[in-house]
Amino acid sequence: MFVINCPYCGERDQQEFKAGGEAHIERPKQPTELSDDEWAEYLFMRKNIKGVQYERWNHAHGCRKWFNMVRDTSNDEIKAIYKMGEKPPSI
Amino acid sequence: MGNKYSVFSLIKNALSYHENWQRAWKDPIPKKEYDAVIVGGGGHGLATAYYLAKKHNMKNIAVVEKGWIGGGNTGRNTTIIRSNYLWDASAGLYDHALKIWEGLSQELNYNVMFSQRGVMNLAHNLQDVRDLKRRTHANRLNGIDAVYLSTEEVKKFCPIINTSQDIRYPVLGGTLQRRAGTARHDAVAWGYARSADEMGVDIIQNCEVKGIKRNSDTVEGLETTKGFIKTKKIGVVAAGHSSVIANMAGIRLPLESKPLQALVSEPVKPIIDTVVMSNAVHAYVSQSDKGELVIGAGTDDYVSYTQKGSHQIVEGTLNAILELYPIFSRMRMLRQWGGIVDICPDASPILSKTSIKGLYFNCGWGTGGFKATPGSGDLFAHTIANDEPHKLNAAFNLNRFVSGDLVDEHGAAAVAH
Repeated sequence: MFVINCPYCGERDQQEFKAGGEAHIERPKQPTELSDDEWAEYLFMRKNIKGVQYERWNHAHGCRKWFNMVRDTSNDEIKAIYKMGEKPPSI
Repeated sequence: MGNKYSVFSLIKNALSYHENWQRAWKDPIPKKEYDAVIVGGGGHGLATAYYLAKKHNMKNIAVVEKGWIGGGNTGRNTTIIRSNYLWDASAGLYDHALKIWEGLSQELNYNVMFSQRGVMNLAHNLQDVRDLKRRTHANRLNGIDAVYLSTEEVKKFCPIINTSQDIRYPVLGGTLQRRAGTARHDAVAWGYARSADEMGVDIIQNCEVKGIKRNSDTVEGLETTKGFIKTKKIGVVAAGHSSVIANMAGIRLPLESKPLQALVSEPVKPIIDTVVMSNAVHAYVSQSDKGELVIGAGTDDYVSYTQKGSHQIVEGTLNAILELYPIFSRMRMLRQWGGIVDICPDASPILSKTSIKGLYFNCGWGTGGFKATPGSGDLFAHTIANDEPHKLNAAFNLNRFVSGDLVDEHGAAAVAH
């Protein structure tokens, strides 16, 4: 449980948000060309990092907008928050 | 070392005020090389080592554990054991474990306090009723005991449940597996550790794995905080930290690690003599031999390795508990804790070879691995020793995420994820 600074609404309690998992997994540009291995990689395989991880979050009980977050999963410390489409900061 | 526990040893040691009991397992310095190394000294890892030594005659093996044995999820779960899973593959896996549980105390000469007090799953809406009836039929076709109970029968089996039809989520029925129940989780780790140690397995605590050495696609050994250990076979049983080890080896797993919480109340006299689970309202409760109510809450939805969860998760669970059991409204909660669970997209485990020769993973048990401990160890030992899965864990391979042949137990298995 922690406080998240929504880029649209400001600081709100984490329970207003929905975690959307690992960020920057790009949808395949040519889905028909993909092998089964590549589909598995896209659909299921995750970095699941212990440490700094790039994630998507949704302000489900607020503005309902999606945004990105950089968070240390070993202590839940939020390093950065940036809007969808913005360049991810290097941490 | 190696004395058999019996009523006579108990009397003998009582005479010296229990101050001269032998150590249950040694504290060895790691050797330079082992035939196999198990990473993770929880119940599943220790059981794997035990069955490798006992059934596959691999005695030159070690278990490395970064903390102390049984200090992870083995000591953090709510000790529920059952096998009433929907799909054939899962039914085979979990009932294999349940059959071993039934003779485990005798086999290990260690009382794991296995208690077949029954597990009841409640239905709160019409879809629950249909799902639970379907699962009951599927279980019986697989030779697993299961009965469907009406609301009156639920009330008769566990009289403190509020079966009023006026509550927000009324009890419309339930299922009962009588062979299911609970066991003492620490004793399971200690019993397996003691028996494995007796057969020559080195149990090395406070030894964290820092790297996996490989020569192209074959493993060569482990870098640990106690030095390099050479081995040709590595079995990783690291629960929530499986992805951390996988990243060291350069492979990817379909896992997300999330905090799961549990809590216990102050101890009271016996009030609930079974285990009651409710998927829809997410509440499950049993009572320990000390008298505490043991309550399982849900997972948080974000990846975290902090071993603590959010307050609202516990609050939601207790709301549901109080609606179902108004009698608990004045009780105080004593302790709350979290563990990190590794969840697969299909909520089924992975017991599998990998693309790297000699590297095996036993992970993805998510929120319900404790019940499978003996079966998981037995089947994983078979997989490591023969470099081939047993027929009972063949479906739980890593390749299912490529082939699409998933064992989708999300919501199907009477489990509250």
